[in-house]
Amino acid sequence: MGEAISGAGFKILAREDFSDVTYSLVVHHPLMAKAAQPGQFVIVMSHESGERIPLTIADFDRKKGTVTLVVQAVGKSTKEMQQTCQVGTSLYGMVGPMGIPSPLKGKKKVVCVGGGLGVAPIYPQARGFKENGAYVIGVLGFRNKNLIFWADKFRACCDELILCTDDGSAGIKGFVNDGIKLAMQGHNDIDEVVAIGPPIMMKACAETTRAAGIKTIVSLNPIMVDGTGMCGGCRVKIGDEIKFACVDGPDFDGHKVDFNDLMTRLKRYAAEEKAALDRWSENCRMMNMTPAVTRASEDADPAAALPDPFEEALGG
Amino acid sequence: MAKKKKTIRSIPQQRTAVRELDPQVRVKNFEEVNCGYTLDQALNEAERCLMCPDPACIAGCPVNINIPKFIDAITAKNIRGAYDVIAASNLLAAVCGRVCPQETQCEGVCVVGESLEPVGIGRLERFVGDQAIKEKWTNVPYAAPSGFKIGIVGSGPAGMACAADMAKPGCDVTVFEAFHEPGGVLKYGIPDFRLPNSVVDAEIANLRKLGVKFECNTLVGRLFTIEQMRDELGFDAVFIGTGAGYPSMLGIPGDTLNGVLSANELLTRCNLMRAKEFPNYDTPIPLGKRVAVIGAGNTAMDAMRVCLRLGAEKVYCIYRRTRAECPARAEEVHHAMEEGVEFHWLTAPVEVLDDGKGNVRAMRCIKMELGEPDDSGRRRPVPVKGSEFEFETDQIVFAIGTNANPIIGQTSKLKLNKRGYIATDENLATSMAGVYAGGDIVTGAATVIQAMGAGRKAARGMKNYLRIRDTGAEAAPESPVATFFGIDLRERNYARIRAA
Repeated sequence: MGEAISGAGFKILAREDFSDVTYSLVVHHPLMAKAAQPGQFVIVMSHESGERIPLTIADFDRKKGTVTLVVQAVGKSTKEMQQTCQVGTSLYGMVGPMGIPSPLKGKKKVVCVGGGLGVAPIYPQARGFKENGAYVIGVLGFRNKNLIFWADKFRACCDELILCTDDGSAGIKGFVNDGIKLAMQGHNDIDEVVAIGPPIMMKACAETTRAAGIKTIVSLNPIMVDGTGMCGGCRVKIGDEIKFACVDGPDFDGHKVDFNDLMTRLKRYAAEEKAALDRWSENCRMMNMTPAVTRASEDADPAAALPDPFEEALGG
Repeated sequence: MAKKKKTIRSIPQQRTAVRELDPQVRVKNFEEVNCGYTLDQALNEAERCLMCPDPACIAGCPVNINIPKFIDAITAKNIRGAYDVIAASNLLAAVCGRVCPQETQCEGVCVVGESLEPVGIGRLERFVGDQAIKEKWTNVPYAAPSGFKIGIVGSGPAGMACAADMAKPGCDVTVFEAFHEPGGVLKYGIPDFRLPNSVVDAEIANLRKLGVKFECNTLVGRLFTIEQMRDELGFDAVFIGTGAGYPSMLGIPGDTLNGVLSANELLTRCNLMRAKEFPNYDTPIPLGKRVAVIGAGNTAMDAMRVCLRLGAEKVYCIYRRTRAECPARAEEVHHAMEEGVEFHWLTAPVEVLDDGKGNVRAMRCIKMELGEPDDSGRRRPVPVKGSEFEFETDQIVFAIGTNANPIIGQTSKLKLNKRGYIATDENLATSMAGVYAGGDIVTGAATVIQAMGAGRKAARGMKNYLRIRDTGAEAAPESPVATFFGIDLRERNYARIRAA
């Protein structure tokens, strides 16, 4: 037990780059792989002076003792991780699984909706529903054909799969809510829709199902610090109540979530985040490093192509 | 050693002042405000203790430190001896000397205090604790392994105290912490200018010397449950000291606006995540120009003084009662006033007003007056009709208490009380055999020393449960200084050093 949760960090065993900005990390943590349930998340610190970043668990393998995280490089920390988190390196901190697991039992027919980065965390839910005997309809949304990932993994656990792309380069042309409409046309006995993605997308999904009264669960990912209910930074408005996404969620009834409040609150450190990113990019430029990593598909072993990231990028 | 009996007239009449950083200078940094006593100052203050035959101060201390005995040792310039006396009851002298509300505990019942200012017991305790850290003294008794494995959930003051008491009789103790660093509220909550993190780290290092293991990044309840600790992971007894830590909301319109945050969030960002050193550390911190802090407890005082140091132009304290009822330590209120915090007593927030972009623009407040006493014995504040006014502010920090953290309740079958705290008997045993709980997760928000007292009490319960006979390792040797092959015999782990 000691090895996995002691000071040695959490080893990255595999990595896959889905696009210029999206990558997955397979992290060794047998205890967490054993405990993780669909719908839960972790908080990661890539290095000692880093910030705590909540990331939804995209997959777990109890036999291999691994947990898979999918990260989108949008800010300083996630871009830095894109550079530094290579196979063989370790994460300084990883704690979880956090949040209340999604209830998967007792559903006959469900629609699992993932948009963009939300495609990854919806996967264990779709698989979980299938294992519990439900008829699973997957609805996945990407900007274009080149950004599609894990479609085969979904095909293996979904009874139907509806792919949506913004430009129509694969599947249907449209957003995931168009995909939900398609599913609703085909089936009038949907028990539940589960949607994970950017807040604006989850809002659109909730609006799509509201009139039909189909229960719609969304997974919220607001700004967090500790993830254990201690700071209240992740509070969200659910109907008349205030809830903490970290310990009361992250799943909530999409028809009750105040998405506008959530989106405003997500922007509260926008200025600091931008300043940090600018500063970091400038440092990278001065150190003659490229801020983005070459794509894995073009380079068999991205780790070999880069200098040891922890030596240079972190220093102290 | 016969001593001349001291009387209230013969002792130094004035309490020995302690050097403090200039308020104008210190509000620009996070250095510790109270510089602590020098040896001469400590000796002078120790002189003021009357050595009462029936000392009230011991009973006034939640962990019953033998206060006259340690002060007597200081008078004899035997600081190591003083440390031994304190360490017998309290492992964290340097911490408690700084953060205990002495005025309501030991110093509150000090006999000298009836006619003069009470003996500065807290300052003396801190002096001894700091010397111990400086001289690297430890009180590690040698104990044969008892064979019992103890799991402790939470590395705050309750968990640390319990860990020490279980490690001393030779148990194999592991402390689990959800954050990436141990220390709990001592690390994330109390700022450096009041309790430097280096002091906390020194105390944790002492625990490690006792053989206590710390496992960080471990969220008990979710990574494994209390039941699993007992049934699968082989812990013979478990102590839960997870703290209350679910901040109470203001419950007024606008309390989710950007710029409204809990004191816990502000302090965690600043202290543990070191946002005060942003951008060298990645965690950002909100910076308001005119900050209103709601509440007047120690956490509120910490939040106000942190905001001043982060560069706020104005910091206001909004409290619905008066200074007399405010729960913070007297020294903290005094320091906050010195540093320029503006106190608005008898004022309560009614609504947070936005700037149209989701940020705080102002706050509407109402004046209060004190009415009849409530259940807590304090006079209940009642709103004064028609006294509402607008108050310009761009950041609101609320420090109005906490509720029970739900994680352990969500993930175990432990019995909770109706407020969601863990239900225990008088020995702090929970509804599950071998599982004990103490500190804020049982009582609701309280002080560091009360949490430590609970940790020690639970340890006694656990020892009884496991039928561990106390080794009496707490009795300090009184023999004169002797060394044995260069090893100080007072260092009670010498047997272990020899073995190693």
